[in-house]
Amino acid sequence: MMNWFQGLGHSSLLLFERLGRAATFQIQVLLSLPSLFKQPRLLVQELYSIGVLSLAIVVISGLTVGMVLGLQMYNTLIDFGSEDSLGPVVALSLVRELGPVLTALLFSGRAGSAVTAEIGLMKATDQLSVMEMMAVDPVKRVVAPRYLAGVISMPLLAAMFSAVGILGSYMVGVGLLGVDDGAFWSQMQDKVSLDGDIFNGIIKSFAFGLVASWIAVFEGYDAVPTTEGVSRATTRTVVHTAFAVLGLDFILTAIMFGDN
Amino acid sequence: METTQNNDMLIRINELHYSRGSRSILEGVDIEIPRGKITTIMGPSGCGKTTLLRLIGGQLKPRSGSVSVDGQIVPRLNNHDLYQLRKRMGMMFQSGALFTHLTVFENVAFPIREHTHLTEDLIRTLVLMKLEAVGLRGARDLYPAELSGGMSRRIALARAIALDPMLMMYDEPFTGQDPITVGVIMKLIRLLNDSLGMTTVIVSHDVQEVSAISDRLYMIADGKVVGEGSPKTLQQSKTESVYQFMHALPDGPVPFHYPAVPFEQDLLQDIAI
Repeated sequence: MMNWFQGLGHSSLLLFERLGRAATFQIQVLLSLPSLFKQPRLLVQELYSIGVLSLAIVVISGLTVGMVLGLQMYNTLIDFGSEDSLGPVVALSLVRELGPVLTALLFSGRAGSAVTAEIGLMKATDQLSVMEMMAVDPVKRVVAPRYLAGVISMPLLAAMFSAVGILGSYMVGVGLLGVDDGAFWSQMQDKVSLDGDIFNGIIKSFAFGLVASWIAVFEGYDAVPTTEGVSRATTRTVVHTAFAVLGLDFILTAIMFGDN
Repeated sequence: METTQNNDMLIRINELHYSRGSRSILEGVDIEIPRGKITTIMGPSGCGKTTLLRLIGGQLKPRSGSVSVDGQIVPRLNNHDLYQLRKRMGMMFQSGALFTHLTVFENVAFPIREHTHLTEDLIRTLVLMKLEAVGLRGARDLYPAELSGGMSRRIALARAIALDPMLMMYDEPFTGQDPITVGVIMKLIRLLNDSLGMTTVIVSHDVQEVSAISDRLYMIADGKVVGEGSPKTLQQSKTESVYQFMHALPDGPVPFHYPAVPFEQDLLQDIAI
């Protein structure tokens, strides 16, 4: 019994120590961001590899999610004779919830894990150490551009996910199932508000971008510099991002839409 | 006299103690590295040689004692001053540590681009000069994955000397290399040290090679300096641990066996269970 308490105490201490390291690292990264003004090329490169190269998976996923959503919603709405509401129902689901959340999960699987693996392998092969010895700060040169690129890319990818998702549901609802074209768009225009829905969706995806990028760069930089260490760090990035995004989503949803 | 001594020595390490967790690595090490010479720190694997290089470069902080490079106490330097000092240091890692996403040319150009505002033409000239010095000008467009181990180290060497440092540190430069590459690296270390007027510190356990090119040797064992002097002095040393190391004896003060309970007791324990 005593051992169990000792183990619990030890694990708690390790957890808080790690959280402290992560927080300190986040501050270090934030303080390094102004250095990117001197080398914007680094940011552009990372925007390409983190943002642009994630477009394919986001667009394909958004399209299929939108199509499935259109099909499922139509089957439910038609029972109440309100299939004309398909547009706003799908749009609100995507813009408020599915767009930001699913994009963050896809982002962590595609780009976050890659960032962690890249930084972790650079650490394991002494590339970060050699950079330090060349008087080049690896946090400024390697971490900051990847972090900022993630934060910038996430809201744009989430917007793309929602837009393509709406298009997918339009293809299924209007193209295949015969929902009225005008009703689909006009009801959506009427029910989806810019400040209440779209803006909150953007805030959510921005918050998820901050968290997902923070976890990805921290896990890479803090990885045990071995093959197994990097592998575990990559897994942790995906798992921790999923938990953090889902937990944060509940909190943000409660704050944004709780009193509606 | 003190001032003259200070000027003669680029690096002074006094009473240096360093621990990793509860394990003590260095216990009161005193080393002086003279300017313009090649000094080698030798010792068995795991004795803290690479740790010592990282302490000189300020990547690790000692538990106590001091490390001064060119009159600056390294552990007391703030980040800015430490980075300024590192601009005058070069280090070749055991693995080479080349940036895998960059070509050979871009690897060597990396420190020049980071710390100078030279034109592309001038950078190209400088990089080609450094690559010519290590005999790999023709490999400039290759990626690190396309290089052999020896070529990687020579490229790492070209990158380390890109900014003509005052101090060059080599971490196990000969380990795992074929005899021809060892000969090439030995020649390069001597040549670069003499022609560029730099100070060289080598960390190695290759007795023959370092004896041939070093002006001074230090030997570390059990966290302490157990021998120092010219290669000839250490070859003739009667100190047990130095003798064992210099003559490659399998057992001695540096034991063949990792500390453990007696073998017989270990075997009988299994039977008892």
